[in-house]
Amino acid sequence: MQRLLSLLALGLAATGPALAQEIAVTNGRVITNTDQGVIENGTVLIRDGVVVAVGGDVAIPEGARTVDAEGGWITPGIFAPFTQLGLIEVALEDSANDASASETGFSVAIDVSDAFNPRNSYIASNRIEGLTRFAVFPSTGEELFAGQGALGNTSGRNDSLFEFGSFVFADLSQSGAATAGGSREAAWLFLEAAFDDARAYPGRYSGGSEGNVLSRLDAAALVDVTRGRVPLVMSVDRASDILRAIRFAEEHAPVRLIIQGGAEAWMVASELAEADIPVLIDPVRNLPFSFDSLGSTLEAPARLDAAGVTVAYTTETADGYFNARLLPQHAGNAVAHGVPWDDAFRAITLTPAEVYGVGDQYGALAPGYVADVVVWDGDPLEVMSAPTHVFIDGQETEMESRQTRLAERYRDIEDTTPFGYRH
Amino acid sequence: MISDMTRWAAILAATVALASCDRGGETPSGSDDGDAAATGSTNTDESGDSDIVRINLDPYPSTYAPLPSGTTLITNATIFDGVGGRIENGSVLIVDGRISAIGTDIEAPEDATVIDASGRFVTPGVIDIHSHLGVYPSPSVSAHSDGNELTQPNTAEVWAEHSVWPQDPGFARALAGGVTTLHVLPGSGNLFGGRGVTLRNVPSRTVQGMKFPDAPYTLKMACGENPSRVYGNRGSSPATDMGNMAGYRASWIRARDYRDSWHEYWEDAEAGEEATPPTRDLELDTLMGVLDGEILVQMHCYRDDQMAQVIDMMHEFDYQVTTFHHAVEGYQVADLLRDNDICAAVWADWGGFKMEAYDPIRENLALIHAAGACAMIHSDDGLGIQRLNQEVAKALSDGRRLGLDISEEEAFAWLTSNPARALGIFDETGSLEAGKRGDVVIWSANPYSTYAVADQVFIDGALMYDRSDPDRQPVSDFELGQPGEGDD
Repeated sequence: MQRLLSLLALGLAATGPALAQEIAVTNGRVITNTDQGVIENGTVLIRDGVVVAVGGDVAIPEGARTVDAEGGWITPGIFAPFTQLGLIEVALEDSANDASASETGFSVAIDVSDAFNPRNSYIASNRIEGLTRFAVFPSTGEELFAGQGALGNTSGRNDSLFEFGSFVFADLSQSGAATAGGSREAAWLFLEAAFDDARAYPGRYSGGSEGNVLSRLDAAALVDVTRGRVPLVMSVDRASDILRAIRFAEEHAPVRLIIQGGAEAWMVASELAEADIPVLIDPVRNLPFSFDSLGSTLEAPARLDAAGVTVAYTTETADGYFNARLLPQHAGNAVAHGVPWDDAFRAITLTPAEVYGVGDQYGALAPGYVADVVVWDGDPLEVMSAPTHVFIDGQETEMESRQTRLAERYRDIEDTTPFGYRH
Repeated sequence: MISDMTRWAAILAATVALASCDRGGETPSGSDDGDAAATGSTNTDESGDSDIVRINLDPYPSTYAPLPSGTTLITNATIFDGVGGRIENGSVLIVDGRISAIGTDIEAPEDATVIDASGRFVTPGVIDIHSHLGVYPSPSVSAHSDGNELTQPNTAEVWAEHSVWPQDPGFARALAGGVTTLHVLPGSGNLFGGRGVTLRNVPSRTVQGMKFPDAPYTLKMACGENPSRVYGNRGSSPATDMGNMAGYRASWIRARDYRDSWHEYWEDAEAGEEATPPTRDLELDTLMGVLDGEILVQMHCYRDDQMAQVIDMMHEFDYQVTTFHHAVEGYQVADLLRDNDICAAVWADWGGFKMEAYDPIRENLALIHAAGACAMIHSDDGLGIQRLNQEVAKALSDGRRLGLDISEEEAFAWLTSNPARALGIFDETGSLEAGKRGDVVIWSANPYSTYAVADQVFIDGALMYDRSDPDRQPVSDFELGQPGEGDD
């Protein structure tokens, strides 16, 4: 994977004089996601984009800007582990949707970072709801492999993708079986053949030879997956498919697997825990949409938790671009169905960061962590709460989107000013 | 696979539109006897003149019968009555399936089961005006794709009830979310998608056993991208917005002629003159019902300008649109909706999936309500229907942040009394008022909290769902013996 550490994260001011910028976020209930736990009436001190102090009695340096949380909650930013942010502006318009390619000869080599648009309008509308970091996924089209994903932030800045080549996404569910020719057996055989190609790369492709199933570029892109340097995110729901995936991971060590979907993961929870394979699951998915997901239940997150499986939450059943912002609501519903609050909140902040190997930088409020800080007017998992301030890399962001602009334009329908002039 | 297609498919296949608040209170009969809501020209034959051909308006009558229930007194609750009232430490008394009393000092009758709801909330049963449960059931296999008759742009002749699969596991999940009544619609791929059906959310072998007695029929119509995409891709009409309008108007002209021919026939026949009945046409029967004010139009429309066009068409052909469904840009024409007595049924915060859904705002519902129009939440989704309380909570809090002064109890109309009005069943349900059906939810906490769940759900006074009692949680045939059996 390629990591693009932002200048701010390195403690260097991107522009302007090299003066330390200090911000103290005070007077709030601080959720640290660390051993410090919850700090009532606490302060988070940010210097040059990084958290430098968290506590109940943090000395506020002279000259620091103070942001008063007014008794609200101060938390790490939300990290959405399964999105298509920056790829889709209008889903049903092919011209405004880069999530998948239905007519390309390529698969694994497809890289979302080539398409990601930080000015996509949903970046801002998700940011103002507290979502600061996310994984961008390609969708599967005609191929079992969707391609490579990336990690980004919602600042809207040009450098908002901070890592690419972060993972490879493959579909081994019933829909993956369909793209592989019509059966699960064919899908797993394809995957085996693809790994074989990658392991034989580049020798097999010398002199213009072809691989089993992958083109030269696709095989090259899969090499780091076979070596365990880049995780393979596999979309599977049925318990038997998840067991097959666990076996695949064992047979192909050191490959690192992440399960996405996981409707019936709770039925094989101990096996997943033992194999140390994390699951990305939507807590509100509880209908048997297909014969892969007969075991879908609101109890799944609690059961996975109890078995010691690493779980991060998604908004899979809503969507991954417009409403990734609903992640706190989905987490709140996990709490309503048995998951302890701390675990549910971790599943949309620190755990996703850990799943992607960046849990030492994002997802917690502790010295050294990147200062993605959200101030809320109440419990972030309550649907009636909302952020009042969102900091990314220690920079305060605009609490405005196309949607808030439209609301302002039309809030007074009786006003006689023509709507087109209200801006 | 990223499964946003789950909802896209639902939208393509099943976007819908239904009825209007202004007529909502005019429930056809209010009786449970299953007789046709027969009125006016299209009456069944009650004149005794068997020579006159009549149209049976209710050939698939409801066979719903409430489960037996005793007397139930729910006490010490915070009550939202669904029509703007809030009672602290309140009680609701249900006798023989009907609300008997609501207030603060109700004595328990001798035979009453008393439920102490201290610290909990009691509300009317939730009503979803836009569902495709049963017609797009789980699992969504090809054999079950029964919601969109995409064979011609006007299929007013099809009835959603003929597609409903009563074993859809989604019904029981919705019940666990407090839904006691739902309106199932055909999809939105056609200009005229067919008739909708209003159901009691009860387990049943047959759809007749779920049909809300005497609820008016509805007609699903659709604006915009869906019909023009479906038929435009086939190289047939409608391929454009203007083609959509031409298609509706041509049908209304035929419907008017059809209605006139029947009315003329009945007048002549009743006057003892020799008369030949027109030939029955199922499609035009439905449209005639709209023109006669008996069938409520539920119309899928997203954009403000499209709604304005439909409003003009409504006046051109002298019928009433009851509800615009989705109405993503309803906030832009809230005054038009109010002035034309048209409700809006909306999501709290969804959009982006197609161009006509590009300008949604989270304050939509609250702004439409604040302008004085009849507004409500809807799901259009088998998961969303389970949490309509949370959807209203979001819409309420977003409206308040914009500065609108709306109370919790006022907003509870958005998932109870307003959809009841828009379905023409408000005389029967949608609020906690004496005489109404005993459709009641006891919530574990304030239903505007993410953490609140429905503890108990009553339909017609009978306990249909109890979160603490697996024997009071329905399991569909489909889920019996499957991995998910009994899970919520």
